[in-house]
Amino acid sequence: MDTNTAILLTMLIPAAAAIGNLLLRNHANLRDSMTLGAAFATFATVLVILTNVGNSTTEAFSLLTVFPGLDIAFNVEPLGLMFAIIASGLWILTHIYGVGYMRGNNEDNHSRFFASFSLAIGAVMGLAFSANMFTLFLFYEMLTLSTYPLVAHKGTPEAIRGARTYLGILMGTSIGLLLVAVIWTYTITGTLDFTQGGILRGHIAGPMVALLLGLYAFGIGKAALMPFHRWLPAAMVAPTPVSALLHAVAVVKAGVFTMLKVGIYIFGIDFLADTGASEWLMWVAAYTIIAASIVAMTKDNLKARLAYSTISQLSYITLGMALATSMGALGGGMHIAMHAMGKITLFMCAGSIYVATHKTNISQMNGLGRIMPITYGAFLIGSLSIIGLPPLGGSWSKWLLIVGAADAGQQVMIAVLMLSSLLNVAYLLSIVGKGVFWPAKAGEATQIKESPTLVWLPPAITAFGCVLLFFYATDIRDFLMPIVTASR
Amino acid sequence: MSAEVIHTARTLSDHLPVLIIVIPFLSAPLTVLIGSRRLAWPIAFGATLSSFVISVLLLLRVLDTGVISYAIGGWLPPVGIEYRIDAANAFVLLLVSAIGTIVLPYTIQSIKAEIPERHHTLFYTMYLLCFTGLLGVVVTGDAFNVFVFLEVSSLSTYVLVAMGARTDKRALTAAYDYLVMGTTGATFFVIGIGFIYAATGTLNMADIARYIQIHGTNRTLETAFAFIMVGMGLKAAVYPLHLWLPNAYTYAPSAVTSFIAGTATKVAIYVLMRFMFTIFQPDFPFEIHAIRWIMVPLAVLAMFAASLIAAFQRDFKRMLAYSSIAQIGYILLGIGLLSKTGLTAAIVHLFNHGITKTALFMGVGALVLRGGSSFYAKIEGMGKVMPFTSFAIVIAGLSLIGVPGTAGFISKWVLVQAAIELGYWPLALAVVGSSLLAIIYVWRVIETLYMKQPADGWVRQEAPLTMLVPLWIMAGATIWFGIDTELTMTAARTAADGLLHGFMAGGQ
Repeated sequence: MDTNTAILLTMLIPAAAAIGNLLLRNHANLRDSMTLGAAFATFATVLVILTNVGNSTTEAFSLLTVFPGLDIAFNVEPLGLMFAIIASGLWILTHIYGVGYMRGNNEDNHSRFFASFSLAIGAVMGLAFSANMFTLFLFYEMLTLSTYPLVAHKGTPEAIRGARTYLGILMGTSIGLLLVAVIWTYTITGTLDFTQGGILRGHIAGPMVALLLGLYAFGIGKAALMPFHRWLPAAMVAPTPVSALLHAVAVVKAGVFTMLKVGIYIFGIDFLADTGASEWLMWVAAYTIIAASIVAMTKDNLKARLAYSTISQLSYITLGMALATSMGALGGGMHIAMHAMGKITLFMCAGSIYVATHKTNISQMNGLGRIMPITYGAFLIGSLSIIGLPPLGGSWSKWLLIVGAADAGQQVMIAVLMLSSLLNVAYLLSIVGKGVFWPAKAGEATQIKESPTLVWLPPAITAFGCVLLFFYATDIRDFLMPIVTASR
Repeated sequence: MSAEVIHTARTLSDHLPVLIIVIPFLSAPLTVLIGSRRLAWPIAFGATLSSFVISVLLLLRVLDTGVISYAIGGWLPPVGIEYRIDAANAFVLLLVSAIGTIVLPYTIQSIKAEIPERHHTLFYTMYLLCFTGLLGVVVTGDAFNVFVFLEVSSLSTYVLVAMGARTDKRALTAAYDYLVMGTTGATFFVIGIGFIYAATGTLNMADIARYIQIHGTNRTLETAFAFIMVGMGLKAAVYPLHLWLPNAYTYAPSAVTSFIAGTATKVAIYVLMRFMFTIFQPDFPFEIHAIRWIMVPLAVLAMFAASLIAAFQRDFKRMLAYSSIAQIGYILLGIGLLSKTGLTAAIVHLFNHGITKTALFMGVGALVLRGGSSFYAKIEGMGKVMPFTSFAIVIAGLSLIGVPGTAGFISKWVLVQAAIELGYWPLALAVVGSSLLAIIYVWRVIETLYMKQPADGWVRQEAPLTMLVPLWIMAGATIWFGIDTELTMTAARTAADGLLHGFMAGGQ
C-alpha cells in the first residue's frame, strides 16, 4: 500500500466505523467488535505509513484545492506520524476499555458514543497528517465538534453545562483568535504550508511577531494555556474512556501538537529565537505549569485533579516550543508521547476505581490500593512517569526540556520544571499513599473487588508501555530529529 | 451596440436571457387558467427547472465570453429595454433559480399541512410570479424595469406570506406590515429612479453610468442615490430597516419562508450593489461617505445586535429570521470595504448564506410538520424523532456559524481576509466576534434537538421524502460549497471584478 492511500485510509476507516456504529445500533456485540477491528486496521495502516517512511512512496499530496494556494493536503512528518501512532495505538486499548466501562456502568446511547468516538479518531488522523495550517484547522474544528456529544453524553444538566463550556471555549478561541491568526498569516505570506524553518521570516517583524504568536498560542484552546483552560476540567463530566483517550491524549495532544507545528513550521524555531517573540509565552507556560499543579492539589475529585495535572503537563510542551531551542522543541515533541502514555494510564485507573466502587473523590478512596492492587500498581507507574523518574518514559522528555532551557539560558525555567516535579509528587503519590497505607472503611474490603478484566487490563498494558518508552526513548528522539535538523 | 447582430436570425440560445423570465411568467397565468390542483405543481416545477437550466447555461457563457446584452423585442438600448447579464447577475440568477427549483418539491407536503386546499393552485401561481419577479429584477439592465419586476415579486410575496393565516392569524398582520414597509421602500426606489431620469434623461443602467462618468454628479443624482439606498435598504432588511422581516419570516408558511429567505433579500442586495458600483461609481465623495459612515457602522451593528437578539429567541423560525438580519450585515460589510476581496466576500456570502438559510428554514418546516410549532419547547428531543431532518439542521447550523468545511466558513474566511488586507483590524475582529454569537444561537437549537427528551408518546417518524430530499440537497450543498469553491469563488471574483470595473476606470 502506498503512503497516500494509507493516509486516506487512516481517516476513512474510523469514519466508516462511525457510520457502522450508527447502522448496527441494535447489535451490540457485532458493533463493538467491528469498531475494534477498525481500531486495529487504523493502527496497522499507520504502521504501514511508518514502514514506508524513506521509501519513494512517501510524499505530500493534495486532495483538493479550496482556494488558490490553499489545499486540503496531507504529508508524513515525524511529529505527526508519532502522534498518529500514539492515538491509533491507544484507541485499540481504549476501545476495549470503553466497551467494558460502558457496559459495566450501564450507560445509554452506546452507538452514538462509539460513533462520535470513531469520528474523533478520524479527525485526529487528519490533523496529524495535515500538510498545511488550513487542513489542520479543518480537522481541529472537526475534532471539537465530534467530541461534543461525548462530553454531553450523560445528558444531565451538569453534563450539558460542562459541554457548553467545552464547546464555548474551544470554538470561541479557535474562531475568535486562531482563525484570525491563520488568515493573517495567509494574507501576508500567501501560503499556509508547513515548511521546514517557517514561512513568516521576512513577512512580519517587530512586536507584531509576538502578537501573531499570541493569537496562535491562545487561539489553540486545546493546548489549555491559562486562562483558556477551563474547558478541560469541564470535559471531565464525560465517561472516563473519553477522558482517557480524548482528554488525556487525542484532543489535548492535538492542541500542543498544533502548537509545535506552528512554532516549528510556521514561525520556525530560529525565527522565534532571533526575534525573541516567544519569550512572553515561556512565562505564560511556566505560570500555567505551576498554577495548574497547585490547583490540582486542591481538587478532591480524582478526575478533576488529573485534568489540572494535564493542563500543567500540556504547558511543558508549549514551554518546549517557546524556549525556541531545538532541544526544547524535541523535548516538547517527545513529551507528547511520554505524557500520553502516562496520563491515559492514570485516567483508566480512575475509571477502573469508578467501575469497581462508584467513587469519584480521593477522600473516599482510602485503603482501596490493597483491594485493587493491579489498578493501583498501574496508577503508581503512571504517576512516576508523569513525575519524571527513571526508569520511566517521562524522565527523558523532562530531561530534554531541561537541556533545552539550559541551551536557551533560562535557568528560571529549569527551576520551574523541577518545582513542578515536586508538586507532581505531592498531588499524585498522595493518592497512591492513601490507597495503600490508610485503612479502608469497615466492610469495604469484602464488598469491593478488582474491576472487570476488560477494565484493568488496558491500564496495566499502558503502564508497561511507560516502562518500555524509557528504553526506546533514543529511538523516538532519533525519529523526531528531522523536525529540528534544519535549525542548528 | 452593433446593429447587424440584432437583425440576423437568432437561435434559441440567443434568447436565453429573456426565456428565463418568459417561461415562468407565462406559466403563472397558465396554472390559473387550467385551474387544476394536480397540474399546478408540474407546471410550476417545469418552469422553475427550465429557468434553472437556463441560468446555468448563462453563467457558464458569461464566465466564458463576458457580458451578454439582449435587446427586448429588438429595440436597441438605450431606447428599448436591455437585459444585460454579467457574472454578478448570472450568479444571483443561479442562486434564485436553484433555490426556487429545489424548494418546489418541498412545498407539496408542506403546504398540504399549512395552507387550505382551495388555495393550492393560487399558491403556485403566486410562487411563480414571485420567482419571475426576482429573476427579472436581477436580469434587467433597465432601472425602471427593476422597479416593475420588484413590484411583481413584492406583491406576490405579500400574498404568499398572508397564506400562513391558517396556522397563525398573525400572518395577516405580518403580511400587512411587510406590505406597508415594502411599498414605502419601492416608492423611495421609484422616486430615486425618477430623479435619475430627470437628471440624465435615460433609464438604461449602462447609459446612466456613462452619463454620470462624463458629466459628473450633481445634487439631483445624489438625492436619487439616497432615495435608492433607503428604498432598497428596506427591501434588503438592512438594519435598522428590518422591522418587517422577523414577523414575515416567522408567520409565512414554511415553504414560503424557505424560498424568500434565500432569495428576496439577496436580490435586493444585488440591486444595491448594482446601483452602488455600476451606475454610481463609488469614487465620488458623497457615496464614499455614505458607505463609510452609514453602511459599515450599520452592518457591524446588525452583526452584533441582530445576533444578540437571535440568541434570546424562543422560536426557532424567529431566531433564524434575526440571524438573517445579522448575516445581511456581513454582506454589507463586504460591500462597504470597497475592495475587490471585500466585494468577492459579499457576493460569495450572498450565495453561501442563501443556501444555508434555505436549508435551515426547510429543516424548521419539517419539524413544524411533526411538532406543530417551531418553539423550542415543541421541538425538544426531535433529534431522536427525526434524526435525518435534525442532522441536516446541524450541518446547516454549522455553516451558519462558519465552521471549516462548510460554505459559511468560506465566506467568513474571505471577509476576514479582506478586512486584514486593508488593515481594518477592528472589523476583522468584529466578524469573528459576531460568529461567536452565532455559536450561541445555533447551539441552543442543537441542545434542544439532541439533549432534551422528546415528549411522551413520540415515535420515530421522519419527514416525507419530498421534504427530506430537498432539505438534504441544500444541506449537502453547504458542505459541497465549503470544500469545492471553484464555482462560487470564480463566479464571485469575476462578478466583483465586473462591478468594480467602473470603479477602477473612474480613476482613484
